[in-house]
Amino acid sequence: MAIDSHLADELKSQGVHVTSFEQLINWGRSSSLWPLQFGLACCAIEMIAATMAKYDMARFGAEVFRPSPRQADLMLVAGTVTKKMAPQVVRLYNQMAEPKYVIAMGACAISGGPFKEGYNVLKGIDRFIPVDIVIPGCPPRPEALLEGLIKLREKIANEKLVGEHRARHADPDGAASYPVPDYGPHDLNPPMNREIWNPPSIVREGGGGDA
Amino acid sequence: MNADPESILGLLRGALPGVHISLRKNPGPSAQHSLLIEASGLVEASRFLRDHQEFDLLSNVTGIDWPDPTKADKVAPTEDEGAIAPEVGFLEVVYHLFSTTRRVGPLVLRCRTKDRREDVRIPSLVSVYRSAEFQEREIYDLFGVTFTGHPDLRRILMWDEYVDHPMRKDYVAPDDYEYEPTPHDAVLEKAKVHYPAPS
Repeated sequence: MAIDSHLADELKSQGVHVTSFEQLINWGRSSSLWPLQFGLACCAIEMIAATMAKYDMARFGAEVFRPSPRQADLMLVAGTVTKKMAPQVVRLYNQMAEPKYVIAMGACAISGGPFKEGYNVLKGIDRFIPVDIVIPGCPPRPEALLEGLIKLREKIANEKLVGEHRARHADPDGAASYPVPDYGPHDLNPPMNREIWNPPSIVREGGGGDA
Repeated sequence: MNADPESILGLLRGALPGVHISLRKNPGPSAQHSLLIEASGLVEASRFLRDHQEFDLLSNVTGIDWPDPTKADKVAPTEDEGAIAPEVGFLEVVYHLFSTTRRVGPLVLRCRTKDRREDVRIPSLVSVYRSAEFQEREIYDLFGVTFTGHPDLRRILMWDEYVDHPMRKDYVAPDDYEYEPTPHDAVLEKAKVHYPAPS
């Protein structure tokens, strides 16, 4: 039951701030994201730079990097996720308390990047955990990370907590944790979580494949 | 200053008459010749180089896979080891020695296994150079060379349950090809298998 915006403005001019419980909660959540403190590769260096004085991620309320997943609500997957590291990343995600969000930072975390055809690099962390924001780049500049953070704040601010289109963490049936893959003899087992990873079927360009 | 493998070859032959050592010429512009040492004498030879020629730094250990040229086709990894025919090629380990006191290096040593599947043993140099420990583990992991006498020979990059050796020439990666914007050559062949062409 939204209040009429004109009335809200009218009341605001009189010093009365009208809001909804949902907006208040989302404002609080989006303004105090606590990232999990871990880095996987060179993107982590840019992430560190973004937190330091020159770029000052604290302006957006996300400067308190927590060394424990129990205290964090934002996972910044900054860097190459090797197949050896992927189970640990998924396990850390499972250990984080709801609501939790994931930013995949850099080409490797999104798709495997330059190592996509390699034998030991996961082709994107979205095969195992849901990703909210992807930031392309190799590595992305700190400004790009801040842009991604702002986009995540917008996403959180517009989250629905009740109703049909509510956020995953507000849905009692929504998954809070995802299966941790096992180490297999040749690859991770399973190599991806089909529950959350459903790529669109792609048709090759070039006609007939004789190019 | 580059090491002079030819004079060192003479010293080694004088000190270790029972060990078969040969000079391998590098015909390229670098002319970085190397010494091929038989596996049984590798530890003795490196100990001699460390103690009497002041080669105090083992800076690099790496491997080379020399598959049998008559059977160059890739063999997909299978659970049934008996399905793979044994091959005749061999694995080679390359050592780069430096002398920090004499400012000489690199001296390139090479050592070969008997074949690629049955007898892949090479003596470990950890007893001579501690820096060999992790590098030999890496070669064991990626090439499958077994270093006899290594104190802790485990995989170092891949996980313990892994069975393949990814740097071998006949290694076949898991068939998990995904979209490439401009597939060509080998990648196009994979794309043909995994994604349909427009009809």
